Amino acid sequence: MNKEEYRGVWVFIEQREGNLVDVGLELLGAGRDLADKLEVELCGVLLGSNIDQLTQPLFEYGADKVYVIDNPVLEQYRTETYMKAVGDLVRKYKPEIFLYGATANGKDLASAVATEVMTGLTADTTLLDVNVEKRLFEASRPAFGGNIMATILCKKHRPQMATVRPKVIKKPDRQEGRTGEVVQESIDLQEDDLRTKVIEIVKDTQKKVNLEEADIIVSAGKGIKDEKGFKMVEDLANVLNATVGASRDVVEAGICSHDHQVGQTGATVTPKIYFAIGISGAVQHTVGMANSELIFAINTDPNAAIFDVAHYGIVADAFEIVPLLTREFQKALHSTEGGVAHV
Amino acid sequence: MNILVCIKQVPDTKIIKINPKTNTLDRASAPAILNPYDAHAVEEAVRLREIHGGKVTVLSMGPPQAREAIKKCVQIGADQGYLISDRRFAGADTLATSYALYKAIQKLMKEDGVDLVLCGKHAIDGDTGQTGPGIARRMDIPPLTNVISVEEVDLKNKQIKVHRKIENGYERIQSTLPCLLTVEKEINEVAYSPLPNMIRAARYNPIVWTVDDLDDVDIKQLGLKGSPTIVGKMWPPEKSKGAEMLEGDVKAQGEKIVSILLEQRELFEMKEGVNE
Ligand SMILES: Cc1cc2nc3c(=O)[nH]c(=O)nc-3n(C[C@H](O)[C@H](O)[C@H](O)COP(=O)(O)OP(=O)(O)OC[C@H]3O[C@@H](n4cnc5c(N)ncnc54)[C@H](O)[C@@H]3O)c2cc1C
Ligand SMILES: Cc1cc2nc3c(=O)[nH]c(=O)nc-3n(C[C@H](O)[C@H](O)[C@H](O)COP(=O)(O)OP(=O)(O)OC[C@H]3O[C@@H](n4cnc5c(N)ncnc54)[C@H](O)[C@@H]3O)c2cc1C
Repeated sequence: MNKEEYRGVWVFIEQREGNLVDVGLELLGAGRDLADKLEVELCGVLLGSNIDQLTQPLFEYGADKVYVIDNPVLEQYRTETYMKAVGDLVRKYKPEIFLYGATANGKDLASAVATEVMTGLTADTTLLDVNVEKRLFEASRPAFGGNIMATILCKKHRPQMATVRPKVIKKPDRQEGRTGEVVQESIDLQEDDLRTKVIEIVKDTQKKVNLEEADIIVSAGKGIKDEKGFKMVEDLANVLNATVGASRDVVEAGICSHDHQVGQTGATVTPKIYFAIGISGAVQHTVGMANSELIFAINTDPNAAIFDVAHYGIVADAFEIVPLLTREFQKALHSTEGGVAHV
Repeated sequence: MNILVCIKQVPDTKIIKINPKTNTLDRASAPAILNPYDAHAVEEAVRLREIHGGKVTVLSMGPPQAREAIKKCVQIGADQGYLISDRRFAGADTLATSYALYKAIQKLMKEDGVDLVLCGKHAIDGDTGQTGPGIARRMDIPPLTNVISVEEVDLKNKQIKVHRKIENGYERIQSTLPCLLTVEKEINEVAYSPLPNMIRAARYNPIVWTVDDLDDVDIKQLGLKGSPTIVGKMWPPEKSKGAEMLEGDVKAQGEKIVSILLEQRELFEMKEGVNE
């Protein structure tokens, strides 16, 4: 393999039903940074059917070029079609770094492409950097259940590929009117020759707890003890117009459903404000919330690990301070005169 | 219906300790277990065998003690198990792992065909979820990842329908057989093993192969040598400077929280506006 032939940073742009998935835009931000350091182009790879309108935002989020394959066989994600399309593009244009969102489809695609073009793939990364001199991509990820961070390198193969967790990189600012180059490519596949078919997409109709999008999250840990304690936390969340989160132990105790869970096996969240109430701060919890902008931790134990990641620590009994906060915020935010807070 | 399940023995990451000096695993601190997702894969295979007949074979790559994980699968109901174990497999990343497993699968397929390959969604130690799709690519069969339910198997027409979990629901997908599924925990509950299975498992001796037992192996694609990725630095997750502790009694603490939060008042005003 002649590594010198490989240049440029690529981002796989996931779309679902004609809508861009956020992680692709986040990766344009991360990719822009890598591309600038390496002094190369940042390119998006966009596959689907009738997706013309999706290219312009990609330039505004930082792409210099977008490779587009617009074909009915690509309407829905399928490993066999997407792997073929992406594999062909990689062989033809030879990028040196290629990022994918660590979503169900992004992981599936990246794993298949890595084997297809025989290169290394780093999974579920949360930290990206590059050694400019060696043009070596340094992708770091939590491993062993979040107990350790590891930097994974791919020295001899190209492209250097990684999947990146959604929400760990900030979406870049949109630069209205920024433009770039669209490169149309084609794919030589007929529907009749394919082995898989998406029969139907069934959406969750139940109202889901949307932790990922929440600006304020109030989370309950085992320190709240039972349903009554959880209700107390919900009351605080209500006055703050916040979404209710929980540690795994609360979910496992059957106090609330799994959609509330924050952490390694739950949601990864980055709200503006995060309250951890009666949560000890196990690493499996903190990997899911440590990037929140402002973290308040309430715990009776002054040595609780949660205080290591929090910005403000409050050593107090949740059963005393939470109802007090609910009352105070009720007064401050929902004062009877005028509805909107004037404090 | 012949079903092959790839299974991995892993350290129990719930109790694992990291050696703070070397930043490596203290293997002695954690018992080795069958990867929990793989237990669900074996369970699913056993259930499908009960409906469609055939045989469930498990395959693992790992050190000699990984035989214990295979025995656990026999306890769940697998018919037989193979371990490929050789120093030359060691240090494999997912590309080299899928190559080694593929070579063993090829050899197994000489004896019996395979209608379906099952893997776990991911292994709880390496945690990449890349091995299954890698094997499927090498076998040139479709991978269907994150499967939460097998809706229908039509052996006569060589078709399968499954539900695949995606971010906001699931997809119903149809595929030709053979194909490879990676399974989520929701797919089933691993049943309590009946006594005869336990006895059979206790006495069972998995078949162990080395590299030399496999055919047409390109040694350069195995183990550390065959792995494009290498683990560079390892370090414990960063600890921040720690919180600023709010002093005083509960009332003072509460007032301080309220005043800090109200500096971010635009957050609440926006929300209030929406509700009006
Ligand atoms: C593979 C794996 C994945 C995992 N994934 C997740 C995950 O996604 N999310 C997650 O959260 N966990 C996860 N865990 C579990 C994690 O390791 C912890 O066990 C869990 O986060 C602990 O929950 P907790 O902090 O609520 O409970 P505990 O650890 O029991 O902590 C309770 C805390 O409440 C405090 N407290 C007690 N009484 C009061 C009171 N009256 N007022 C205030 N504070 C009080 C205590 O001092 C203590 O710190 C995972 C574990 C493993 C092994
Ligand atoms: C700290 C650390 C980080 C790593 N990061 C990466 C990385 O980013 N990229 C990379 O390519 N490799 C990485 N590896 C190497 C990786 O752990 C090994 O390649 C491992 O053999 C397979 O990967 P996994 O544990 O992620 O399994 P997964 O791919 O998560 O496993 C999925 C399924 O594949 C099957 N399977 C996996 N391994 C075996 C096996 N040995 N025998 C039988 N079936 C199996 C099982 O059904 C399992 O449920 C890393 C290793 C370490 C120690």
